[in-house]
Amino acid sequence: MSWTPELGLILLLAIPLGGSVGVVLLSRWPNLREAATLIAGALLLANVTALVLAVDGGARPSATLMQVAGGIALNFTLEPLGAVFAALASALWLINSLYSIGYMRGNKAKDQTRFYLSFTVAIAAAMGVAAAGNMFTLFVFYEALTLSTYPLVAHNGDEKARRGARIYLSILMGTSIGLFLPAVIATQVMAGSTDFLPGGLLAGNVTPVMGSILLVLYAFGISKAALMPVQNWLPNAMVAPTPVSAFLHAVAVVKAGVFTMLKMSVYIFGLDFMRTLPASHWLAWIAAISIVLASLIALSKDNLKERLAYSTISQLSYITLGAMIATPLAAMGAALHIIMHAWGKITLFMCAGAIYTARHITNVSQLKGLGKSMPWVFGAFMVGSFSIIGLPPLAGAWSKLLLMMGSTDPINRVFIGALIISSLLNVAYLLPIPVNAFFGKPPDKPAKPPTAPRLTVIPPLITAAGTIVLFFAIGPILDFLRPVFESGGMP
Amino acid sequence: MSALIASDLLALLPAWVLLHAAVLLVVTPLLSGPIALLLSRGRLAWAWALGISIITFALSLVLYAQVMEHGSVMYVFGNWAPPVGITYNIDALNILILLIVAGMGVLSLINGLPSVMQEIEPKDQAPFFAAFMLCLAGLMGVAITGDAFNVFVFLEISSISTYILVAMGGRQDRRALTSSFNYLILGTIGATFFVIGLGLVYMATGTLNMADITIQLQGQSDSRVVRAGFAFIVIGLGLKTAMFPLHTWLPGAYSYAPTMVGTFLASTATKVAFYAMVRFIFGVFSAGEPFDGALLELVLAPMAVAAMIICSVQALYQTDLRKLLAYSSVAQLGYMLLGLSMGTAAGLSAGLLHLFNHALMKGALFMGIGIFALCYGVRRVPDLAGLGKTMPVTAAAFTVSGLSLIGMPLTAGFVSKYYLIIAALERGWWWAVAAILASSVLAIFYVWKMVEMMYLHEAPKAKSRARKTHAKVPLLALIPLLILAVANVWFFFDASLPKGLTDAAAAALLGGGAS
Repeated sequence: MSWTPELGLILLLAIPLGGSVGVVLLSRWPNLREAATLIAGALLLANVTALVLAVDGGARPSATLMQVAGGIALNFTLEPLGAVFAALASALWLINSLYSIGYMRGNKAKDQTRFYLSFTVAIAAAMGVAAAGNMFTLFVFYEALTLSTYPLVAHNGDEKARRGARIYLSILMGTSIGLFLPAVIATQVMAGSTDFLPGGLLAGNVTPVMGSILLVLYAFGISKAALMPVQNWLPNAMVAPTPVSAFLHAVAVVKAGVFTMLKMSVYIFGLDFMRTLPASHWLAWIAAISIVLASLIALSKDNLKERLAYSTISQLSYITLGAMIATPLAAMGAALHIIMHAWGKITLFMCAGAIYTARHITNVSQLKGLGKSMPWVFGAFMVGSFSIIGLPPLAGAWSKLLLMMGSTDPINRVFIGALIISSLLNVAYLLPIPVNAFFGKPPDKPAKPPTAPRLTVIPPLITAAGTIVLFFAIGPILDFLRPVFESGGMP
Repeated sequence: MSALIASDLLALLPAWVLLHAAVLLVVTPLLSGPIALLLSRGRLAWAWALGISIITFALSLVLYAQVMEHGSVMYVFGNWAPPVGITYNIDALNILILLIVAGMGVLSLINGLPSVMQEIEPKDQAPFFAAFMLCLAGLMGVAITGDAFNVFVFLEISSISTYILVAMGGRQDRRALTSSFNYLILGTIGATFFVIGLGLVYMATGTLNMADITIQLQGQSDSRVVRAGFAFIVIGLGLKTAMFPLHTWLPGAYSYAPTMVGTFLASTATKVAFYAMVRFIFGVFSAGEPFDGALLELVLAPMAVAAMIICSVQALYQTDLRKLLAYSSVAQLGYMLLGLSMGTAAGLSAGLLHLFNHALMKGALFMGIGIFALCYGVRRVPDLAGLGKTMPVTAAAFTVSGLSLIGMPLTAGFVSKYYLIIAALERGWWWAVAAILASSVLAIFYVWKMVEMMYLHEAPKAKSRARKTHAKVPLLALIPLLILAVANVWFFFDASLPKGLTDAAAAALLGGGAS
């Protein structure tokens, strides 16, 4: 049987789930077990690459998995936005898996089989989110993603982990069942389906008032996008091991949230209809406030991972902001920011984990002078920070530029201000870390500086290099995404 | 396609089975009850009961095939034509109930053997199974009959045998006796109300045949006698259904009864009473006619919402596992009542679908707790600690069913809630949508309380654990649980069987197509 794009869609689920079977079967032989994860990761990446090429060629592969009774179907249809998310998640998952091996072994973590099993199931769910052809399917996999990452967040199993995981689950699931689900069902009732339609499903089907109500339900129901005030689950999930944090922040979970937000904006409402809704403007304000507020909170955190968590909340709101401003340029910027932020943030998290594995240091204030003994790690950290701040020649520059260019309407100009303030705050809370590490004086010298396992150092170097490559690869990415936002003047 | 296969299979059976399947369905378990009493040994009585219940299930499948083929089946006793003689009518609505009751009868008997051996004294085991068969026969009878007085008779057969079954938990926990007594008093009040209502209706119509009552009632809808009769019937059945606030008998009865009885009752008893309510409100008195629909909107809907919220909160604060599930059952009944109270085909269909799904999830959850109790004497939430590791398979099946109770996607519970919300939106009941969602969120908390205890807490030291005899999970008890857990996932992906039946039933009762 030869590979077809339709088969590729099924393989998106089948490969990671096959990997999870392998992980369980091989649980007694750790090396083989990890091999199962890595092989699944490589196969998935190859499959996604083939799919991306097919989509680039103009194909929109579609497959109906299951006809749930009564005109509601589990359907996969891949379009450029979904293909980008799938590519991002599968590439970073492979790198993150390498890193997991180094980290989990370096820290002698327990229950590693459950850990890898949850990972493979979670990436399958993320692939389902990426390829979903309608909001119903997306919701199903969105919930599956929440559930499958719960054991990861609770991994350490102590009271603190249990509490963090409880908050994680109750906020994510409470909002998705309480707000997201009724929005999906109302869409179904009002438009007769939940299919993702180019140009927007709801445009012309609902009044602006009803559309605004739905938009608010979606915006806060998709709490994986961590728009304030539903952001609290993210800092609480920091109790998890670092590879999980990286997975949450860069690979799948929050990215699934902002991806859903963008899909909703582009395909459910349609960008033109979005701009006419009064609620989208208020939500853009909330996003802008989230951006600045979360950056300020990040500044006040001494715990490194917590600081990064608030940074993520701030950066996610960039994407929500772009989806709400809903000019083609801003939406394109938001789509790019999903990619660019992911590569930068995963670098920072993997560095934080490497530092923890080597020194068991968790706080920013303890990092002084470590740069000499861990030059590679802090070098990667520096590159990641620059990318998050948005300096060329690093990936983050493009998305911020497009977001600002998309906000030039008079009523949107204020948001440019928010983006600039946030960039300055990024400088203030990120740069002191590598700077202090390289130029600060260590309080006391350890007799024999322990080194980080190689598998925790190489992956962040790869992703840091990735942020540079992405800066120069912007042309093809823009071309690839352009059909999605075709209606307006694109660069 | 499946109808074709079904008719081929039917052709294999002897003609008299096909002809009399309806009556055999009730008579077989009814007569087998006393015979079970004569079998002296417990296991023998169990095997007998199991054999009979499998036959009953097979007969209900035969009826299902016949309903699929002909739309509905009418069985006339002794060839006395309908208004005079007694009839059994089987259509899409009650075949669903019959399948649930008969299926759960088989599964809970298989699952229940080890726990009955442990909980019931040997000399009481044969009577226990005898009472169980009577209960089964009574429930089948309520569902199948087309005669209003028959409903009362069978309801009492099932209720009285249930009082006995619940009281048999008294050896384990003396509170079973007061619970049973409580149930007896309230159940009898309910039955009395029901029979008074029937008397009034008989006064107005001069007939007890359901179809005939409908005809005779035409033009009498504002008669005070009819209205009083209707009110008595609804309250009587409401008590049996455990409609909020008439549910106070239920938590005690479910949680102190022997494990197997709890499992069976949780997935069948209130469902059958709910069926009777649907039949009377929409079938006999078409669409709440005596009060112009006021009953549905002003009484049942608020009660349903109150049950969904209040009882979910109560479930949240229970530490006894079976009490927790029992309060959750009352809340889930609220969903079904809500569907009914919408008075639309879509709403009724969604409510009935939830009835089917709830039987699957609650049956599985009670079975899971039964197995935990059997192996480790687990009764309270903290006792669950560490079971995710010591009993991985049971715990996984329990978790899946719990997710279905919450209404997570990829489980059956999601489908019925989804349709219920669509129906509420179509009806314009925004507050009902809010209530459904709020209750689902509460369900997350009370289910997660158990799941977290199983997976994230360490098991206590061995000595406090080794109280009970069964070190390993008996396979016999595990298989029905796994079947139900798989069914909970299966009916997400392919809900066409129950959905087809509930749509047909709702369309038949309310006219018009369901979504």
